[in-house]
Amino acid sequence: MKTYAYFPGCSLEIVAASYDRSAVEALRALDVELKELDDWNCCGATAYFHIDEILAHTLCARNLAIAEKQKLDLVAPCSGCYKNLYFTNEHLKKDADLAEHINFALEADDLHFFGKGRVRHLMEVFVEDIGVEEIRKRVTHPLGGLRVAAYYGCQLLRPRKDGEDVESPTFFEELMKAVGAEPVPFPPRLRCCGGSLIVTYRKGALAMVRQLLESAEENKAQVLATICPLCQVNLECYQSQVNEEFGTHFSLPVLYFTQLLGLALGIAPKRLGIGAEFVPAEPVLAAFR
Amino acid sequence: MGARPSFQQEVSNLLYASESTPMQCCIQCATCVSTCPAAEFMDASPRRIIAMIAADMKDAVLASNSYWYCASCYHCSAKCPRGIDVAGMMYALKRYSLWKGRHREGLIGPDFSRRFVKMIMKTGRAYEPSLAPAFLGKYGWRVLLGDVKTALRLLSKGRLPLLPSRIKRVRPFRRMLARIIPLGGVA
Repeated sequence: MKTYAYFPGCSLEIVAASYDRSAVEALRALDVELKELDDWNCCGATAYFHIDEILAHTLCARNLAIAEKQKLDLVAPCSGCYKNLYFTNEHLKKDADLAEHINFALEADDLHFFGKGRVRHLMEVFVEDIGVEEIRKRVTHPLGGLRVAAYYGCQLLRPRKDGEDVESPTFFEELMKAVGAEPVPFPPRLRCCGGSLIVTYRKGALAMVRQLLESAEENKAQVLATICPLCQVNLECYQSQVNEEFGTHFSLPVLYFTQLLGLALGIAPKRLGIGAEFVPAEPVLAAFR
Repeated sequence: MGARPSFQQEVSNLLYASESTPMQCCIQCATCVSTCPAAEFMDASPRRIIAMIAADMKDAVLASNSYWYCASCYHCSAKCPRGIDVAGMMYALKRYSLWKGRHREGLIGPDFSRRFVKMIMKTGRAYEPSLAPAFLGKYGWRVLLGDVKTALRLLSKGRLPLLPSRIKRVRPFRRMLARIIPLGGVA
């Protein structure tokens, strides 16, 4: 059984607990274990990079050093945490001066960054480490053509890391097909959900959410699937505020991709945290079981 | 000796870990604007901000809302034909404006970032409910009411934490941060 160090991040503790639960359950069904990173700290979100870059890298480096101590690759399910951890790892590996400076700080917590570990997004664990074909073989309860808008969002793909396709990725749609869902055309699938602007510039963020929901609805999606807790909260918990602001009538369930995967692997909805949504997903899902 | 650095040089110096092309290479093609989901809300588009920096229009750039409305989606950075990290530049402007205390009044972003960072330095983890009251009032009663409703629904679904979470080794964590920012912490 392959084991990863798991960095849940602050969102998955409560507001996105269903992402946490469904990730752990779906991976267990695929013989992968997530071991929560011991005493992890906040990745710094975007705010830390607004104040001081070295401080921001220090926060991430502490988590990386703990994972290295456990000799495990680090997995983050939140795209924001993933981006921060990934790039700190890369910068410190390339910049010995920066690493030395930050290691001096890490010493105060009895830690050291060696640059031996890898950072993975949860999605990469599924589509690259396990593989879509393997998942297809394990599906016991295919989703019967459930129409899904597969939403990539930003930070899993951007900034660009190495040679990967950031213009027209297909892995999310392929994964949805493998579990028996039907990915619908969803042109803004790489557009931003507004991110933390939902707090700092509400009007702008609601307009961005509206564009995404509009496209999903036009393409008759029954569910919108996300890979990030911030996207989920913006698209779902603020749906009613979008409706109030623009006089729209959206009522689209927004689930984590791991919840759909879990269902296809035969895991009970309750164990995947289904039922904690603002817009209940149960009615559309019931038709496929 | 000791000529003053231009604003462009100052901003470039803040891009510590950036591996992108220098912003002097901008050809003003506006690809960044066409990819930006927030450009329509900005006083000056990302393309214009780059031109204003090159023209040393420091006051006008810092007084704009543009860089605080950047959502850090990195679409501009991924698509720039010259390979400029435009989103990274927006981060640099945020840092510069906080450092010098020279951002536009009435924006929520600067205050939120400061409070957020202070919270993390104290406990090691984020607990957003403790930040909410400070800034939500700024949107007026209608949004406030909407947010109270959202919070209550989250609570009823068991999705709102009642108590802040914190890391176990808080003391060594703070000692670690003090080695990076030794005096007084964050402004």
